Amino acid sequence: MEVFSDPANRDVYVTGFLWILKLTLASSVCALVLGTLLAAMRVSPVPVLRAFGTAWVNIFRNTPLTLIIFFCYFGLYSTLGFTASNDLELNNYWLGVIGLSVYTAAFVCEAIRSGINTVPAGQAEAARAIGMTFRQTLTMIVLPQAGRAVIAPLGSIFIALSKNATIVGTIGLAESSNAMKDLINSNGNAVFTIFFVFAGTFAVVLIPTGYGFGWLANRLAVKR
Amino acid sequence: MRITRLAATFTAMAMVLAAAACGGDDSDDATGGGSSGGGSGIVGKAAGGKLTFGVKADQPGLGLQTGSTYTGFDIEISKIIAKGLGVPDSGITWKTTVSANREPYIQQGQVDIVVATYTINDERKQKVNFAGPYFVAGQDLLVPVNSTITGPDSLAGKKVCSVSGSTPAKRIQTDHKDAQLQQFDSYSKCVTALAGGQVDAVTTDDIILAGYASQEQYAGKFKVVGKPFSTEPYGIGVKKDDTAGCNKINDILKAAAADGSYKKAWDDTLGKSGKAAPELDVSKLTNCS
Amino acid sequence: MSTDAVLYDHPGPRARARNRIFTVVFGVLLLALLYWVYKKFDEKGQWAATLWKPFTQGSTWTDYILPGLQHTLEAAAVAMVLSLAFGVIFSVGRLSDHWWLRIPSGVVVEFFRAVPLLLLMFFIFFGVPFVTQQPMSNFWAVVISLTLYNGSVLAEAFRAGVRAVPIGQSEAAYAIGMRKGQVMSQILIPQAARAMLPVIVSQLVVLVKDTALGYIISYSELLQLGVNNLAANFGNVVQAAMVAAVIYITINATLTGVAGWLGRRTRRSGRAPRAATNGRAVLAGAGDTAAGA
Repeated sequence: MEVFSDPANRDVYVTGFLWILKLTLASSVCALVLGTLLAAMRVSPVPVLRAFGTAWVNIFRNTPLTLIIFFCYFGLYSTLGFTASNDLELNNYWLGVIGLSVYTAAFVCEAIRSGINTVPAGQAEAARAIGMTFRQTLTMIVLPQAGRAVIAPLGSIFIALSKNATIVGTIGLAESSNAMKDLINSNGNAVFTIFFVFAGTFAVVLIPTGYGFGWLANRLAVKR
Repeated sequence: MRITRLAATFTAMAMVLAAAACGGDDSDDATGGGSSGGGSGIVGKAAGGKLTFGVKADQPGLGLQTGSTYTGFDIEISKIIAKGLGVPDSGITWKTTVSANREPYIQQGQVDIVVATYTINDERKQKVNFAGPYFVAGQDLLVPVNSTITGPDSLAGKKVCSVSGSTPAKRIQTDHKDAQLQQFDSYSKCVTALAGGQVDAVTTDDIILAGYASQEQYAGKFKVVGKPFSTEPYGIGVKKDDTAGCNKINDILKAAAADGSYKKAWDDTLGKSGKAAPELDVSKLTNCS
Repeated sequence: MSTDAVLYDHPGPRARARNRIFTVVFGVLLLALLYWVYKKFDEKGQWAATLWKPFTQGSTWTDYILPGLQHTLEAAAVAMVLSLAFGVIFSVGRLSDHWWLRIPSGVVVEFFRAVPLLLLMFFIFFGVPFVTQQPMSNFWAVVISLTLYNGSVLAEAFRAGVRAVPIGQSEAAYAIGMRKGQVMSQILIPQAARAMLPVIVSQLVVLVKDTALGYIISYSELLQLGVNNLAANFGNVVQAAMVAAVIYITINATLTGVAGWLGRRTRRSGRAPRAATNGRAVLAGAGDTAAGA
């Protein structure tokens, strides 16, 4: 454990995890919003919106996140000129958030769609019978029930998101995987210690989170 | 039970693929020279007629995977060394290395010799043994032709790009903290970012920068600043305890300097850019510890 | 509930007109956006012929892209077989009645599901050789880390699948005197396996995507050979990445299609347990497997 008694090393470790935390928080919110929108598009009566949603999901679910992050830098930033900040690190951070969000939104969309499928047809039919529009049906009847059913899959999607945040390191952000690589390269004899500290941190945070989501899903499950 | 049969077929196919992957790897993936020990170190390995060289695959003029082979100055030097050790060209296995895994590859025996723009420094000397230097480069900056950057002192607040884990990157982090460092995994990404204006400079050894700048799609766009702010002696990496092999390589280099094969190696690769072959300073070939 | 025509009425004349307006407006906006993207790429010279020409030469494909693709698929296939074995073993372990089997299996599975794949790859590639003093080939580093991670995900999916088999099946098996091991191997796992086939193929999609991380430890898969090395020769990083993206999308979309077809076949042939089509079990499967990197 002497590796971590050196404050410089501790710094690298803490900075890495702070970036992961920031990436996870920002991307979760964006992915949730975007994913819900995409799900609404996929079940909407307008054919163009349905096609757009389907195309988005098929493109972003089948592309490796590594390539998506790459295109965020070399496509969005380099070619299209989208600049979030003049500070290099912050800019890379926001590019990472965008990449993670568009990728995860595709999974969120599919999860919410399966959730919509679990809501009995009678609910939507009753809503239509009393004259509700598509938007009212969706927002007041279907999505709340679907939301309660998809808490567990959404939980595992967000846990996967926090792990995928390590891939943002490919555009140079000093997050956990780059931090671990640096520490291993300069302290080759403490490889096991370093790995177990990093992996252990992830495990200690993510395993209870998984159980928490499971408990929440059970509490909020709709009893039919 | 059609699905079981389908599953069995898939499994069989996968096993065949796995066997193919483990057994008949093509040259740039073969696991290192195996166990045929013989004598100690690379001299013993060479006696078996086979050597594995770790080289770069993405540095034009120095070590570049072109088609199914490798070309470049480092490749030619490797061939000279192999010939001096008695290994024919056909017995050479090439393995791609990146900056960060050169020491682990040597230490773990995945490659026998590393000739990959490998800068000699004290930190690395604790893990591997260096023959050479066979070339002295200097860390420099690649900038657009009309850039205002004139050297390492004018980097404050500018965005500099390099490869993660490389010496130039570390030097920027320690000596030039006022510059913003962007790290990628390959130089071609850095140069693309430079062409697009996302970074203001690319930094690494001047000879590598020249290799990229002289590619035809970048002709006339970039210049190497020409103020090297370090000396980067390129060495040939072998196992830490292989002093005999290290000395043998130094002897081969001395012979190459004398009989013109060193100059020929240069002229065939980097010399094409017009730069004259440097003189190999044989008096400095004393790094073996 | 199939969503079309349940969430909204069949469109009447006003709805159709409104749909048409939406279509036109949205379509125009989308086209404008695509055109703007195209123009921007053009400004930066990304459509220049010199950058795209290498892809019209067969040698580019046979030297860089196809070998890279081959390595990607090799790693994915081997990892798939090993993950299946890993998944079956550990799911049975977790379902065991013996605490000394159940708890260690549970710990292993939960641990490897919580560790990011990239960290695992780095550790196996750089760290394990320090202990074994043997070189670790990057192929096996990629395959082992993929196996550990995807095997754990599959173990959880199998566990859910076994639990989704109607309880009457196991009750009947116990009633005629079968022991736990026999119930597991002759009744539960075969039925669960058939239902899990689409899940397994979806995991193959995840595996193919995850092999892309191999380039970070310089495993010569598609991104390393087909993007990095290709671009070092021709200076066309963005173009090479676009081609690689198309290849990945094609392969993965095909695999996803196969998964869907398999799912439909098992359901139609009536062999899948009815419970597997229940929404909750579908969600449990969808969440885990779909969430992979």
